[in-house]
Amino acid sequence: MKRTGAEIILDSLVAHGVHSVFGYPGGACLPLYDALYHYQDRLNHILVRHEQGAAFAADGYARASGDVGVCIATSGPGVTNLVTGIAGAHMDSVPVVALTGQVPRNLLGTDGFQETDATGVMLPITKHNWLVMNAEELPRVMEEAFHIANTGRKGPVQVDVPKDVFLEEVEFDGFPPPRIPGYNPDEGTQPDPTQVRAAAEVIYGSEKPIILAGHGIHYSDAYDELLAFAEKANIPVITTLHGVSSFPESHELSFGMVGMHGNLYANWAVDRADLLIALGMRFDDRVTGRLEDFATNARIIHVDIDPAEIGKNVATDVGIVADLKPTIRALTDEIERLDHTPWVKQICQWREDHPSLAIRETEIVLPQWVIRQIYHITNGEAIVVTDVGQAQMWAAQHFWYDRRNTFFSSGGLGAMGYAFPASIGVKYARPNEQVWCIIGDGGFQMTLQDLAVVREHDVDVKIAIINNNHLGMIRQWQTLFYESRFMSAKLENPDFVKLAEAYGIPGLRASTKSDVVKVLKEAEKIPGPVLMDLVVDEVEKVYPMVPAGSSLAETIEGDEVEEARYA
Amino acid sequence: MRHVIIVDVEDHPGVLNRIASLFRKRAYNIESLAVGHSHRPGISRMTIVVAADHNEALQVVKQLDKLIEVVSITDVTEQRHVSREMALAKVAAPEMKRTEILQLANVYRAQVVDVSPGSIILEVTGDEDKIDSFVEIIRPYGILELTRTGEVAMVRGRAMPTPHVLVEEGPAA
Repeated sequence: MKRTGAEIILDSLVAHGVHSVFGYPGGACLPLYDALYHYQDRLNHILVRHEQGAAFAADGYARASGDVGVCIATSGPGVTNLVTGIAGAHMDSVPVVALTGQVPRNLLGTDGFQETDATGVMLPITKHNWLVMNAEELPRVMEEAFHIANTGRKGPVQVDVPKDVFLEEVEFDGFPPPRIPGYNPDEGTQPDPTQVRAAAEVIYGSEKPIILAGHGIHYSDAYDELLAFAEKANIPVITTLHGVSSFPESHELSFGMVGMHGNLYANWAVDRADLLIALGMRFDDRVTGRLEDFATNARIIHVDIDPAEIGKNVATDVGIVADLKPTIRALTDEIERLDHTPWVKQICQWREDHPSLAIRETEIVLPQWVIRQIYHITNGEAIVVTDVGQAQMWAAQHFWYDRRNTFFSSGGLGAMGYAFPASIGVKYARPNEQVWCIIGDGGFQMTLQDLAVVREHDVDVKIAIINNNHLGMIRQWQTLFYESRFMSAKLENPDFVKLAEAYGIPGLRASTKSDVVKVLKEAEKIPGPVLMDLVVDEVEKVYPMVPAGSSLAETIEGDEVEEARYA
Repeated sequence: MRHVIIVDVEDHPGVLNRIASLFRKRAYNIESLAVGHSHRPGISRMTIVVAADHNEALQVVKQLDKLIEVVSITDVTEQRHVSREMALAKVAAPEMKRTEILQLANVYRAQVVDVSPGSIILEVTGDEDKIDSFVEIIRPYGILELTRTGEVAMVRGRAMPTPHVLVEEGPAA
């Protein structure tokens, strides 16, 4: 059968169950868009208003669905606009296929119009990428692209296609199974039984163990296994930022999040533990604090699908390179029922003495109080997509996640502007769930042009702008570490309600507590997208906090200024 | 310490770029890198020498192993292996010094590959130490140009390099 390069690519998307793609056309990928014209019954193309949004949306789609997200951009500026989103997907191991147009083959290397060394730009921020010089290669490349993106430690890949390769007609007889000699992600997915036994021995020797649950729980769909293991071994569970919503936070063994803005009692527990069982996490500096003082008394069992993560940042006692799901199951089978009541009680006592998530009674609208109201009004059933900074941390802390895989955030890269386009991708992946985008006034203005997208496609995303008229985290750091010399922290904001209305979206504003409750309830009832401008206290800081360069043991609960303000 | 790492890679355009990019991004230090076709069609073999401590070398190997086009990778530092490097040295050789230089070259089993008025090119093969010492010996005569290939290595005996085993150091229990 004769097929063009563009048709082979689109056939591949269909074959991999992709139904929504996010993209932006341009000269070099016009032939792909021309082919898309004939695939509209099978592929829903969402025209974003900036390529960065396409990458973020594909990322959100992938995380929420467990499938591969797809984004499309043209050569030159199209590709460079994708970079932030793809770099984020790379840091957070999100399976995304980026299809990019390239100048025709005869113009490659001539500095042609809209030419960029696209594979060169993407090389360090993709798991792998290809410049496809012949349409005959496309069946193999597309198959490899999906395979590599969505197996092993997942990640983004890029397929760069010169304009004339989209048009090239070749004989096509189906997609060959991927055969890549240097890539065998199936190897090592089952845990080595001797290492499982070794891990069990270490667990038996521990009186103060902690489970550190990370992003891997989501990717491995190891929720049931984690719950069963934690309960059988009676071990407290503490999550990383990406581990949020991997373990029910109302569970008696749940102690929330660790790290720079982790709960004081969680940080203390990690600091004083004699064993850390790290499941699908990578000991990022935001988790560990000062590395030399990280959990100095703890032995470490580390399970990860990526061998390079074992021993990268912390020395490991037992390292297991395997898929989490069978590994946790094997560990659960291996151990006897254990009892760590004194240790669990100790952490509960710390929590009682230092309730990190308590919110002060105030007249003024505190941002964390707003998050708590969103939690109550949605009965905790919303999917939360956050941006980066203060609102991100409050959303991680003060919304309590009992439902699996309901928290999405730009963690590793920390890209402002992520939340809004990502929430569009999340909604396409999980259309029957409520999606709340919790975002600061700064971050929202980085990608707000996709308001046009949610209007055009009536994407039901509730946009909650936690508006403190500041780059709040910048202000917080300048307050604490730069003697309150505020430089570029204050924002002169537009009227967000009018802005929403200009895009044809209902906009609601609240600046008192009673109005916040009213607005949230109203927003929840309105079908389709709503923007909420929730005006909050300008100076509230995120606590607890581990100052940069400090250890988890040095977590601070608050500051005197704060105390004085509300005394 | 020096680690000698043998890497078999798919012979695709851009592979060298990926390897170099990884070293740059993670700030590993390449001492030398030699690459050419291997005995298997479509597979090139690289010998990379890095200055790294044990843990760092382990990371280098694991990170390289993650590259899709890396087919196999082995740190042969602790295995019995031979390694060779070749150097070409253009030495100032006026007639009156020529015999003296040739005698020294002979000690190092260096070949004369070019003789021109006033200079000769010597080719010498050996491990890094031998080349270093050869270079120092002829330096006083005046080295006009020097080029070295970087080290290539091969494990002794019938055994292929033992693939990298992902077991961490330290007691399990």
